[in-house]
Amino acid sequence: MLDVTVQKRLGELALDVSFTSEGGVTALFGASGTGKTSVINMIAGLIEPDRGRIALDDTVLFDDAAGINVPAWRRGVGVVFQESRLFPHFTVKHNLDYGRWMRRLKADAKTFAHVVELLDIGPLLARRPGRLSGGERQRVAFGRALLMQPRLLLLDEPLASLDATRKQEILPYLERLRDDARVPMIYVSHDASEVKRIATRVVRLDAGKVVAEGGVELV
Amino acid sequence: MFDLSPEEWTAVALSLRIAVVSTIVSLPFGIAIAYLLARTNFWGKSLLDAVVHLPLVLPPVVTGYLLLITLGRRAPVGAFLADNFGIVFSFRWTGAVLACGVMAFPLLVRAIRLSIEAVDGKLEQAAATLGARPVLVFFSITLPLTLPGIIAGMVLAFARALGEFGATITFVSNIPGETQTISAAIYTLTQVPGGDAAALKLVIIAIIISLAALMMSEWFARRAAIRLRGE
Repeated sequence: MLDVTVQKRLGELALDVSFTSEGGVTALFGASGTGKTSVINMIAGLIEPDRGRIALDDTVLFDDAAGINVPAWRRGVGVVFQESRLFPHFTVKHNLDYGRWMRRLKADAKTFAHVVELLDIGPLLARRPGRLSGGERQRVAFGRALLMQPRLLLLDEPLASLDATRKQEILPYLERLRDDARVPMIYVSHDASEVKRIATRVVRLDAGKVVAEGGVELV
Repeated sequence: MFDLSPEEWTAVALSLRIAVVSTIVSLPFGIAIAYLLARTNFWGKSLLDAVVHLPLVLPPVVTGYLLLITLGRRAPVGAFLADNFGIVFSFRWTGAVLACGVMAFPLLVRAIRLSIEAVDGKLEQAAATLGARPVLVFFSITLPLTLPGIIAGMVLAFARALGEFGATITFVSNIPGETQTISAAIYTLTQVPGGDAAALKLVIIAIIISLAALMMSEWFARRAAIRLRGE
């Protein structure tokens, strides 16, 4: 279970967000500029809240009162960014292996083959990111985040950089990911149709505050 | 036309050795300082930046003289190093390495720093979320992506070291076989009657070495750039 209560001043925006997620796919839904990405970055450990507490199952990741702030690299939280952020100097295969290397996980050929098959990226393994289409890049980014064996997967508008056709291509992969992987996910999006299709629960943000929480009927 | 005397070959070989060693030895320091200047904030950062760039603006003779009065045999730091560690710079080829390293340092740091600043911090963040601690982020992401700048900086430093004259001759003098580089040998030849022909040969060799270094760096830089575009 993920339990988030964070406050942070971001220029004009006073972010004050509190929600919990019991697994499945929780969508952070709202217009752009409402602080969704900032919340994701705080959970990932990439920016520090002014005040608050973030706990994942029995691990406290951040608690300003207790002086706890686990660095990003020790959180075990996978992130898929809007712009895939693949490492340009590595092949796709090495991008996929990066998390396992860094976290010193044992090579697991079965899981690797499974994820590669799930995302249909087998033919891309030897290529470099510069030679991939936007959709392919994003599929590799999903795979890279999954293969680090995260305790939680954060998806920050993973389809926003793609055109409508590509989006339709990727959505089925995302659904497969949701149904196949047992890792809980936070899905940030401003696109209602996407959220309806992917999410199991919705947290609606407006101007840095949670305005509604519930099922996909909120969208 | 390459019928150089043994002394002249010695000067060529010595120049190459001094330039190569000074470039390689100063590289780790150059990368460290460039990283500090590009990615961190600390008290005295602009002072460090200024000191690093000083050899670029000071007359080389001044730099050489400063080295002489700090690291010379009888100078405080020089005597300490000689007595305790047996490290002697003055009138040795190692002193020429130091003088060239100092003179070339601003160019090395500048090229690497610009290159580090151009590395997308978002990739480093992504690496961190994948479990890479900061030192591993540096070696697996930042450093490889900085490679074109490192190559450019090394070539600039090498060329600068090859052409160094003022600081070297002030600090370690012009001793054939020990500190007499191509530049110093040319200078010496132009001071003696009938030395012009030999000087010209050395001039041509200097041009060839410099051109070769530039072309090699172009080639490496282009390859590195292709690699970094991820193609």
